Amino acid sequence: MTTGLGATMVRAGRRLLSSLPALFGVLVFTFLLMRVLPGDPAVFFASGPNAGKEEIELIRKQMGLDKSVPEQLVFYLSDIGHGNLGRSMMTGQPVLKDLRERLPASLELTFTALLIALIAAVPLGVIAALRPGSVVDHGVRLFCALGVCVPTFVSGLLLIYVFYYLLGLAPDPTGRIDVFTSLPPQRTGFLSIDFLLAGDFEGWWAACKQLILPAVSMALFVIAPLARITRASMLVSLGSDFVRTARSVGLSWRKVVVTYALRNAILPVITIAGIVFSTMLGANVLVEKVFSWPGVASYALDALLSSDYAPVQGFVLLMASLFVLVNLVVDICYGIADPRVSIE
Amino acid sequence: MSEELLRIEDLQVSFSTRRGMVEAVRGVTLSVGKGEMLGLVGESGSGKSVTGFATTRLLDAAGRVTGGRILFRGQDVTKLRGDDLRHLQGAAMSMIFQNPRAALNPIRAIGLQIADAILTHKRISKDAARAEALDLLRAVQIRDPEARMNAYPHELSGGMCQRVMIAIAISCNPALLIADEPTTGLDVTTQKVVMDLLADIAAARGMATILITHDLGLAARYCRRIAVMERGRIVEEASPRTLFSTPQHAYTRRLVAASPTATSRIEDLVTEEERERYATVVSKPRQEPAHGTPPLLEVRKLAKRFDQGSAAVADFSMTMAGGESVGLVGESGSGKSTTSRMICRLIDPSEGDIVFDGQSIGHVASRDFHRSRFRKDIQMVFQDPNESLNPRYTAFDCIAHPLMRLDGMCVGDALRKRVEECAERVGLPLDLLPRFPHQLSGGQKARVGIARAIACRPRLLVLDEPTAALDVSVQAVVLQLLDRLRRENDIALLFVSHDLNVVRMLCDRTIVLRNGGIVEQGESRALFDNPKTDYTRKLVEAIPHIETGAALAAAL
Repeated sequence: MTTGLGATMVRAGRRLLSSLPALFGVLVFTFLLMRVLPGDPAVFFASGPNAGKEEIELIRKQMGLDKSVPEQLVFYLSDIGHGNLGRSMMTGQPVLKDLRERLPASLELTFTALLIALIAAVPLGVIAALRPGSVVDHGVRLFCALGVCVPTFVSGLLLIYVFYYLLGLAPDPTGRIDVFTSLPPQRTGFLSIDFLLAGDFEGWWAACKQLILPAVSMALFVIAPLARITRASMLVSLGSDFVRTARSVGLSWRKVVVTYALRNAILPVITIAGIVFSTMLGANVLVEKVFSWPGVASYALDALLSSDYAPVQGFVLLMASLFVLVNLVVDICYGIADPRVSIE
Repeated sequence: MSEELLRIEDLQVSFSTRRGMVEAVRGVTLSVGKGEMLGLVGESGSGKSVTGFATTRLLDAAGRVTGGRILFRGQDVTKLRGDDLRHLQGAAMSMIFQNPRAALNPIRAIGLQIADAILTHKRISKDAARAEALDLLRAVQIRDPEARMNAYPHELSGGMCQRVMIAIAISCNPALLIADEPTTGLDVTTQKVVMDLLADIAAARGMATILITHDLGLAARYCRRIAVMERGRIVEEASPRTLFSTPQHAYTRRLVAASPTATSRIEDLVTEEERERYATVVSKPRQEPAHGTPPLLEVRKLAKRFDQGSAAVADFSMTMAGGESVGLVGESGSGKSTTSRMICRLIDPSEGDIVFDGQSIGHVASRDFHRSRFRKDIQMVFQDPNESLNPRYTAFDCIAHPLMRLDGMCVGDALRKRVEECAERVGLPLDLLPRFPHQLSGGQKARVGIARAIACRPRLLVLDEPTAALDVSVQAVVLQLLDRLRRENDIALLFVSHDLNVVRMLCDRTIVLRNGGIVEQGESRALFDNPKTDYTRKLVEAIPHIETGAALAAAL
């Protein structure tokens, strides 16, 4: 199917191009939003509460805040063009470096959470769809409702209370790895993978233990939409004419449910999984805070609270780009999974 | 009759719905011999499909066999469980469905789908199954079968998909084939090819076939024995010849009368008592328009291209006088719907002009045409009465809406009177006006659609397959209604249809379209009786005729 693949690539490229204006819009909008928000960063970063007016003026000049907003925007855009996202006043490091250090932590957490969510949600949805209106169906619905009702920080705290405080199974919720374990050489930035590549299985187990609780508390929150959409599209699939055809020639139950119904039902789940992933990346700040996870979202929140413009703008740009990228991946997956897409 | 294969005894099927149990099949008794082709004919809701599904054990979860037996080779099918059932399905009996494209898995190559069916019942290797699948594609006469093995359903035409479906159904040489409306929704020519193929295959392999259809003509052409169903019961069972010459049951008589044939006239379609009002209208001679009257509609060299592709319609010209009825026929993809939509000014032509009542309207953009004073003169009746009514509007609102938008009427007694008058003209009982579309039957919805179209007293009515979704008895009434409206109000009708028998009855002139161009046109009866081009002849020959009297006697 070379033509199909080629068509998919062309579509992907076109999609990427068409997202550029949106990315630019996000850039400008965030920039303006930050200028409108109350709080003067110069005052915030001055040496102390009783810093003199001259000192504040000096800092303002250093930061370029004395210029007009359009001028600032032009400077900002030209910086972005050179790959410079500015410098964080909080950490004193270039924003790009900060984000590069923290992004893998966020991504690892989100990927794991999404994987857990999908592994749980798809079978739940399928089981619910096979027996609509049964006890199982209602059980799945209740579980999903609970998952959505309980905010992630509450479920996170509950998980810590049970597995760390009561049972002592989980390590202390203090980031990606406990202080005594030596870090593996950095290759992917994903600790669980880096440990494996370094052949350090003890370290890998330690990293996984740290990862599991925050990932589960995030996953709990998104199981609901994924399971519901799986159930709904599975119901449509099971009621469709082609499943009836499959039954009419006596295909085995497994073949009817998995090969005929589920493969068709999974298509909308792919789309929703993409949206869920993008949302999780930005929304996992609560989990990151509860588990002291050194991710980008908590970094951006800290920066926002201290009126540190550059990291917030960098973060939003990063999220927007990731969103575009994730959609692109979803699009490609969809194109491969559904032969009908490529002809449109 | 030859040896008995299937025997249905007093079958009863009920569906549990929100309003309690509904009896769909109420005591059907049938038998099918080996290699026999039996026609099961009835209108929607008669329980014919449910009987088929009960036999193949494909009833959906809400449906249940509540009584009777289905004996297949002496074994009661309704009591089979698990593996026994699976060995029956596909291997001993299989089914062909309506809407072939939806009946195939959209994301699985058709070769694999056929192989799936083979592998379920035969212990052979995947390669061997693939080879058999290829043979089956050849057997159902698919061109270039090697390449088609990897094709997906959306890449094939409806007729092709139905052939693939037949290939799947016959893959394990079942003894009984149940074909549920196998050609509904296909073009007449495709219908003939597919049905001929099906009949040949069934004969060659000695398969018994039950042909479930709403089309009496189709059943008469292919079956030696026809059972007529009405409201869950079999009301009559006979050979086609007896059925048409001397129908016993009142329902069969109505059905036979309503089925349009090559010679039937609109006034013949319904039984005596329904005919009265119509007859008085028909008896009045039509007033010929004065000589030299300009045509109502003149279409000049109309063309439509979509997205730089080849033309969907090219060089289409026609004229229509006031009160004239013109039929536009052709297979799907011939451009008849596109043409009718351009004339209605719902889409813009790429080239050419449309002149209505002496004024050019072809260049008014379609999205601005609702402001034109001609909008209310050109109205449309759409194909699907279910889809073309706003589900949140009552029948009253549906009819009142164009009056308010186009005639500037306001809510009040005058509006109510006009709506009621329209409803009366189309024969819609006034007490149905406050109902929502889902509370109306198909025929009633069709009436609402027509009442809405004639509400503003248009001079040209464009009808896009207005009866395609209706049962024949309802179609008969709707056709009479349209013809009566034309005669009473002098409305010109542009009638788009694939059903040549209907066009022949209703239209003075007919235009045959193919691939966006006019193939032939002329006075309807002459055109159908003596087609000048091969294409028209093929179309005419493909219609399943109900042959009466001598012709039928000769055939048997």
